[in-house]
Amino acid sequence: MTAPRRSLLAPDPRTIARNRAEARFRAYGLGAVGVALVALAVLLLSIFGNGSSAFYQTYLEVPVMLPEKSLDKSGTRDIEVMKKVTTVGYAKVLKTALDEAIEANGIIVEGLGKKDVGNMISDEAAAQLRNMVLADPTLVGQTIAFEMLANGRIDGYYKGRVTRESAALDSNVSPAQLDLADALAEKGLLATRFNLDFITAPDASDQRPEAAGLGVAILGSFYMMIVVLALSLPIGVATAVYLEEFAVKNRFTDVIEVNISNLAAVPSIVFGILGLAIFINFAHLPQSAPIVGGLVLTLMTLPRIIIPARAALKAVPPSIRDAALGVGASRMQSVFHHVLPLAAPGILTGMIIGLAQALGETAPLLLIGMVAFVRDYPGGLFDPATALPVQVYNWTQRADPAFVERASGAIIVLLIFLLIMNTAAIVLRRRFERRW
Amino acid sequence: MNDMRVSESAVGAQDVKISARKVQVFYGENHAIKDVDVEILDRTVTAFIGPSGCGKSTFLRCLNRMNDTIPICRVEGDIMLDGEDIYDRRVDPVQLRAKVGMVFQKPNPFPKSIYDNVAYGPRIHGLTRNKAELDEVVEQSLRRAALWNEVKDRLHAPGTGLSGGQQQRLCIARAVATSPEVLLMDEPCSALDPIATAQVEELIDELRANFSVVIVTHSMQQAARVSQKTAFFHLGNLVEYGETGDIFTRPQDPRTESYISGRIG
Ligand SMILES: Nc1ncnc2c1ncn2[C@@H]1O[C@H](COP(=O)(O)OP(=O)(O)OP(=O)(O)O)[C@@H](O)[C@H]1O
Ligand SMILES: [Mg+2]
Repeated sequence: MTAPRRSLLAPDPRTIARNRAEARFRAYGLGAVGVALVALAVLLLSIFGNGSSAFYQTYLEVPVMLPEKSLDKSGTRDIEVMKKVTTVGYAKVLKTALDEAIEANGIIVEGLGKKDVGNMISDEAAAQLRNMVLADPTLVGQTIAFEMLANGRIDGYYKGRVTRESAALDSNVSPAQLDLADALAEKGLLATRFNLDFITAPDASDQRPEAAGLGVAILGSFYMMIVVLALSLPIGVATAVYLEEFAVKNRFTDVIEVNISNLAAVPSIVFGILGLAIFINFAHLPQSAPIVGGLVLTLMTLPRIIIPARAALKAVPPSIRDAALGVGASRMQSVFHHVLPLAAPGILTGMIIGLAQALGETAPLLLIGMVAFVRDYPGGLFDPATALPVQVYNWTQRADPAFVERASGAIIVLLIFLLIMNTAAIVLRRRFERRW
Repeated sequence: MNDMRVSESAVGAQDVKISARKVQVFYGENHAIKDVDVEILDRTVTAFIGPSGCGKSTFLRCLNRMNDTIPICRVEGDIMLDGEDIYDRRVDPVQLRAKVGMVFQKPNPFPKSIYDNVAYGPRIHGLTRNKAELDEVVEQSLRRAALWNEVKDRLHAPGTGLSGGQQQRLCIARAVATSPEVLLMDEPCSALDPIATAQVEELIDELRANFSVVIVTHSMQQAARVSQKTAFFHLGNLVEYGETGDIFTRPQDPRTESYISGRIG
């Protein structure tokens, strides 16, 4: 009856087969992880390759004389009077300054008309100078060091986007201008340096990619996230707690449960249509406003928060509830003293992932007008604004290739925000878990 | 005449604390407790014995309405605590459970500090007026549960970091801290070593001075040692209930006899 004794030192065929199966499974797993990592690396490389240059910008650094004669004819430094001088007047000042600097440094300009030299300056530079002078009229009459934005094509030349060959075919830039730029760079009058304006400045028009920034989009996204957080955290957690801990399980709660799952799967653009109908057409909230975007994203985020929150509550061992009830705690005390703190890490993680999804959401925002061109910083929830992902979409739609770089740069900013949020999720999770 | 009065007061000291009449419990279709009648006396230790799955825990959980938390569970019949029907609609189970404490079969300390575990009941019921009193109650309870000496230096360490047996004693301390009138204990010693078991049995004996204790146990010896009354359950029926001595020495029912002698279970 007894089977012959097998030595422990020589594995039997079944063990060998099992070990092989396990080794194969590990290999599949490693393969899958490897593919995912490679895909991620390619994605990141391409985005960083395209977008990191958006954080650098080429500037012309020449002394600028601000003549009273053209900028403040009255000589009174009265803002209202000075406002009559348009950017055209300031553009002339800048062109003169550049010409003088070229002459002073003994650079020989070949094959370029006066206009061509001036065109190397971004149109935006004049506007920036005008704002600067209007903010501080005492500058008039002085010579100041002013960094003018170089034209997008000149900037592109230093980022490898524009070459002499492509310039020869381009009506907006000529090889001679690139030669002049090189000469200026050699004298230290032209430099490419870190560009904080990309984060803080508002968007710019199609002709001025060099000036376009993310300021309005970041503010808009920030306001929307505040709305989403303030609404969906309390509502979502309260709903999850009610459904999981208090609601009697019957047909009605089953229907609610199915509907919440369905809502989580509804395409986000549908929420945009809903938001357009309810918040804008019915409630007459302003278009393009972060409040509307926030409300729409809240609708979209709620089911995505409720589901993980319920899962987290369900994962709390029932013995804890028994323990609390057993010493005479009420249902509410048992939930708020014991169950909710234990579920908090899971709820928080779900919350932050929901927020991160909302931050990256584009489609519903297009429908409620957040795609508009907004130059003014929103002062509050009701002012027009854009959002980061919409800004990315918007820039990829523009003709000038300089905007491709801006779009990738915006993606990098978005990714950094997502990274911060996910890190926060992990840190918070650790925090709460350590409190057993 | 005098003798009469003494024996009267002796009976009076053991008033009926809980009386159950025709109790039925259903888990959905499963009829888990069938027609159980039992009278649990005040200041007495009552042991529930019986084979696994016979409904001891289920019946115990009826006595403080913990079964309310199981949606499919249905309880019929009357259970009176001091003459009041605990399943009356006016009864708030929360108030009931403050009077009828419970120690569960599996240790289930809160994932909080040892101190907070014990202090939780007194805190939510407002039993103490200040920190000093609360400290006093915590120490007293831990001492009664024979845990004080092991944890007095780490009262603020997590309760879940204790060993299984220590956790069970922590749960006992937690239940004792609210000074319940009845203490229900579901196999409180199943995870304890003989020394801790002896300490808990001592505690149970001590508690008898003030409370009524109901203990579920799989150990005949334990039932014989700590209880004055024993109830034998079998397949959802209360087969026999009486003085512990009688049950163990002169069982009336053949099923009781075979269980005690180790033939069922
Ligand atoms: N939550 C529940 N849901 C459904 N059925 C249950 C539940 N709890 C217990 N039962 C059933 O009720 C019957 C009695 O169970 P109970 O837990 O009371 O047994 P017990 O006597 O305490 O056993 P043990 O000694 O193993 O703890 C069993 O048939 C069990 O399957
Ligand atoms: Mg049991």
